[in-house]
Amino acid sequence: MKYIVQRIVMAIITIFVVATLTFFVMNLVPGGPFMSEKAISPQAQAALEAKYGLDKPLFQQYLTYMKGAIHLDFGDSLKQRGRTVMSIISTKFPVSARIGLMAVVVAVCIGVPLGCIAALKRGQLLDKIIIVIATCGIAIPGFVVCTILLYLLSVKAGLLPSYGLTSWKHYIMPVISVAFYPTAYITRLMRSSMLDVLGQDYMRTARAKGLSQMVSLFKHALRNAILPVVTYVGPMMAYTITGSFIVEKIFTIPGLGSEFIGSAMNRDYTVIMGTTIFLAAIMVFVNVLVDIVYTLVDPRIKLK
Amino acid sequence: MSDYLVEIKDERLSFFTPAGEVKALNGVSFHLNEGEILGIVGESGSGKSVTSYSLMGLTAYPGKLVGGDLYFNGHHINEMSEKDFQKMRGNEVSLIFQDPMTSLNPVYTIGNQIIEVITLHTDKTKAEAYERAKELLTLVGINEPEKRLKQYPHELSGGMRQRVMIAIALACEPKLLIADEPTTALDVTIQAQILELMMELKEKLGMAIIMITHDLGIVAATCEKIAVMYAGHIVEYGTTDDIFYRPKHEYTKGLIRSIPRMDAEDHERLIPIEGTPVDMLNPPKGCPFASRCDSCMKICLRQMPPVTHFDDVHYTQCWLNQKAEFEAQNKK
Amino acid sequence: MENKNPLSFQLDLTPEDFLPATNDEKESLVIMRESVSFWKDGFRRLKKNKIAMVSLVVIILVMFFSFIVPFFYPYTYEQQIKGANNLKPMQYSEQELQQKDAGENIFPHFLGTDNQGRDYAIRVMIGSRISLIVGLVAAVIILFIGSFMGSVAAFFGGVVDMVIMRIVDIIYTVPDVLLIILLSSAIKAPLTDLATKPGFGWLQKLGPNMISIFIVFALLYWVGMARMVRSQILTLKQSEYVTAARALGASSGRIIKKHLLTNCIGTLIVTTTLQIPSSIFTESFLSFLGLGVQVPMPSLGSLAGSAINGFMSNPHLLFIPALLISLIILSFNLLGDGLRDAFDPKLKN
Repeated sequence: MKYIVQRIVMAIITIFVVATLTFFVMNLVPGGPFMSEKAISPQAQAALEAKYGLDKPLFQQYLTYMKGAIHLDFGDSLKQRGRTVMSIISTKFPVSARIGLMAVVVAVCIGVPLGCIAALKRGQLLDKIIIVIATCGIAIPGFVVCTILLYLLSVKAGLLPSYGLTSWKHYIMPVISVAFYPTAYITRLMRSSMLDVLGQDYMRTARAKGLSQMVSLFKHALRNAILPVVTYVGPMMAYTITGSFIVEKIFTIPGLGSEFIGSAMNRDYTVIMGTTIFLAAIMVFVNVLVDIVYTLVDPRIKLK
Repeated sequence: MSDYLVEIKDERLSFFTPAGEVKALNGVSFHLNEGEILGIVGESGSGKSVTSYSLMGLTAYPGKLVGGDLYFNGHHINEMSEKDFQKMRGNEVSLIFQDPMTSLNPVYTIGNQIIEVITLHTDKTKAEAYERAKELLTLVGINEPEKRLKQYPHELSGGMRQRVMIAIALACEPKLLIADEPTTALDVTIQAQILELMMELKEKLGMAIIMITHDLGIVAATCEKIAVMYAGHIVEYGTTDDIFYRPKHEYTKGLIRSIPRMDAEDHERLIPIEGTPVDMLNPPKGCPFASRCDSCMKICLRQMPPVTHFDDVHYTQCWLNQKAEFEAQNKK
Repeated sequence: MENKNPLSFQLDLTPEDFLPATNDEKESLVIMRESVSFWKDGFRRLKKNKIAMVSLVVIILVMFFSFIVPFFYPYTYEQQIKGANNLKPMQYSEQELQQKDAGENIFPHFLGTDNQGRDYAIRVMIGSRISLIVGLVAAVIILFIGSFMGSVAAFFGGVVDMVIMRIVDIIYTVPDVLLIILLSSAIKAPLTDLATKPGFGWLQKLGPNMISIFIVFALLYWVGMARMVRSQILTLKQSEYVTAARALGASSGRIIKKHLLTNCIGTLIVTTTLQIPSSIFTESFLSFLGLGVQVPMPSLGSLAGSAINGFMSNPHLLFIPALLISLIILSFNLLGDGLRDAFDPKLKN
């Protein structure tokens, strides 16, 4: 228990540091949210800046912001009039999260078994095929995958809709696109981890006891081999549920990923800060979760 | 079938690797009665482990039996399926390995790993298996068994882990225990304890033991019979006394000579066996030890020597021992 | 003593057979397998790996294609040919057809042209050149910074290690894309100024976006390499031969250089080879977003990015750079895999 508290404290500190860094970098960079607006007179610009408190000294802005942030008040969006940052995040996040979670499930459910099979059949044809497919999977950039899928399944074959998210059909291509790289990565990771484990002495002991191959695999090998995959899935999950910009752009999905990039380009300071803190929080939270799962799987790792 | 507990007749086994066929066993024969202890001695690569593993069907890929017959406890090994082997392993014959540090699965408790083998081969319930596990731990000299059963391998010392391995091996009262270098990874003092334990248990349970090792000291202390292996052949076989006091093969003699002596003179050098081990991909036609043998004769390089028996038990494969015979023959 | 007499079954045994063998006779039987050095052995294994060899060939071909062929090519990447917009592969524009009729030799547009009339083949070639350079330079930057930080952290341990690892953790949490966006706007102004000064003209060509990408790589992406080097060295540090070296009086620096790094070299080579496609991946992603190289200089990512809008009518403009990126990344990955298999002694059976 003491360990968990310690981790949470570390987590909060990390988020804090990230937020501070982002705040200052963001503000110190030339340019501002209202500079590129067309046809704005200097007075109007000054007025807008005053309204949002952007004319105050930087440190004061920082303190005001942090005070609000602790109360989970991230302010209003500077570019999208009338919307608070919180509301933006809470409408966009679930969209990305749904796709992200589905993608994680797909990646694990396909990657782990494929990796195991490849390890079991090491050196044989099936193994070679799986390796090549998995390597292609990690080599092909996301936008290539998206566009090829779009072209083949939507434009040419007309099977799936090309934008929006209203029916289950709409989920297929985005989920495949997001899951593509992780599935391939998990396959390779699982394979090499499993190969390591299969060569261990305790696997020989298991066979010498008279256990069947299946039982040795599921009971003895899997639990040991899954550890690196757990380490990977943590951060991967954090990235996927917060949205992939490319997938959201190409399939026109109103998710958090495209929102984040958009606001970065637009210098919508409050949205940038809010989303960055949110992202950091998710990342940190997922890391703690992974650590806990780790200790459940491997008793050698003690909660210090 | 066979009259013995273990009978191996002319076993030949090769590993079909990408580099070629590695002839690991080239005609190995021996037998073992119930309750006997056989020591198999040899250097790495001599094939000493391969024989025993093949008895359990545990030959590693890409190894394959290419000749000979193996019998164990009424089974004809050559004809057994994987399912048959699974019933036999851990049950009629058990195996303990060299490194207890890595032979136990780190993520499961000791209790879990012992109970696993009990419930696999017997009808005991979990509760009964638990009791049996406690019994076993006490049998192998581990006190506070309840506490230990809940612990994980990394919480025990090397010696204790090897005792646990022995407990697992004995759980179903096997007829044969194969011990593959059981003490090599342990401290010398612990070694002695473990060996003592094994002898005690053998007396109590009446099981046979095959002790595989490169350490002559161990076989001297524990074994009744010894097989000396080199390059996949048994070059000499006999009782412990035969081997130590009446060695007939140059290799055996070399091994015994190379043991550092307590009563050696201060400046006496150690006497190693010269030369390097045989390349198992291209084994020579004649006696495999020929190139390292001080008494090598021309015939040794050309042909594998036949077996020379000295009595019911003691035999060797060596041309030197055939020389007198040959000369006697020729005089006729 | 009963001697079973197998001699009666033997053929051709003569008294000479029982004479002692000479040393020469004994030696003829001993075929020692030559011991090979670590590198020789590794390369031998690599050569046997067909997939890795094929990838190597592909990479060499791509390099030839991107670095050498453009010198002999009649078109340049910025050259806009009037009236030759959006030509399909091997198509000629009206004007060009007229010129051909008049007897001129017009070099065909193997991959067509883009929407500004530039020959696509040369743009793809230069594009892949840029992508490759970015990948290589980034990987080298990461190699140096990462292994330096990693070895310092591992070797000195204690507070130094803790500080460096906390920095690593924080860098992992900061969203890199954000930093790149911010950073590129930040340095745009000062860089443009700098580019006007003599000797810095090339800065203008690369563009502030490109420079900021390199800076960001240097600032952020070294963490993966550092972590790996650190864990390698931590394991090696415990091993016996470091203790032995210390016992012989070797200094810290010498220990790092001679013992630890040389053992890491295998892993370093593999990781760097695998870092190259990762950097190319990141660069293409950024260029796709429009944050990469400055127009008109192409990179494969930016070519793909600008082609996406018109991809319904001119799919080849998108697919060609996309496939080429995938091919380059795939080949480097397979080569890196092959290197790892060849040089990782643990995998030797």
